Amino acid sequence: MRIWINGKSHELPEPASVHDVLTALGAPSTGVAVAVDDELVPRADWARYRLAADAKVEVLTAVQGG
Amino acid sequence: MTDGIVDEPLVVGGRKIASRLIMGTGGATNLAVLERALVASGTALTTVAMRRVDAAAGTGVLELLRRLGIETLPNTAGCRTAAEAVLTARLAREALETDLVKLEVIADERTLLPDPIELLDAAEQLVADGFTVLPYTNDDPVLARKLEQAGCAAVMPLGSPIGTGLGIRNPHNIEMIVAAAGVPVVLDAGIGTASEAAQAMELGCDAVLLATAVTRAGDPERMAHAMRLAVEAGRAARLAGRIPRRYWAQASSPAID
Repeated sequence: MRIWINGKSHELPEPASVHDVLTALGAPSTGVAVAVDDELVPRADWARYRLAADAKVEVLTAVQGG
Repeated sequence: MTDGIVDEPLVVGGRKIASRLIMGTGGATNLAVLERALVASGTALTTVAMRRVDAAAGTGVLELLRRLGIETLPNTAGCRTAAEAVLTARLAREALETDLVKLEVIADERTLLPDPIELLDAAEQLVADGFTVLPYTNDDPVLARKLEQAGCAAVMPLGSPIGTGLGIRNPHNIEMIVAAAGVPVVLDAGIGTASEAAQAMELGCDAVLLATAVTRAGDPERMAHAMRLAVEAGRAARLAGRIPRRYWAQASSPAID
């Protein structure tokens, strides 16, 4: 099914969790946070949070700034 | 502070911050340059921005700050609405495990000035959600008062727009903010060189936050050192109490008999 990860379309096998998205992205497990459809998904819920088709997932980390 | 001269530490939201110079990390050409500048600045608290992991130019800044023992202050840079800023702050708290947030809600790209309506809305929501909120604000004493009333842990008025290096364009407004504030006042944005950082402290600010003036200086490490000295000098001068301004000369040597 199609999932939007940081603005780009990805095909993931169903069912897909937030944890699956992080794996697909190769994101580090610490220092990152995830929002799905503009709502924060706490780290504790990553494995069990089931994504709907066309979910918009944002994976953020800290960069130089400010 | 000089040996033997006593000063109180900066306290923001119940946290002691060991330096009155808060640094940003934006604009440094690489992490090695940034590291030397941060060390030379003596800072204890430094901002980072939140961005998409795959778009990040480099994520080594977190490890650098941890290694240097500098506390991170995530910002909401780039946010244009209260809703965006609140979500970004929540993501930052989750990613970095801190309830500190430098709240920025920008009105437009040309001026990068804060949007006061969205800023106050976001501040109220984040305070209610348990954040320690440090809002980047206009040099407006009324808005500063409202942000403090909303429960912000500090107020951070600009000297001039972000990255301009135009210094403190309205010193009287900064003085009025300082005179009325019951929370720390941090001069944030617009500092171009050391004398302006000293001026901020002489006006009574509790700290200075700057990035561009150091990271884009010809020699960032040397400028960071200059800023450290300037903040300490300005703070000491403020505590010492400057002489009143006089219209006519007043001899400093005894009169000839």
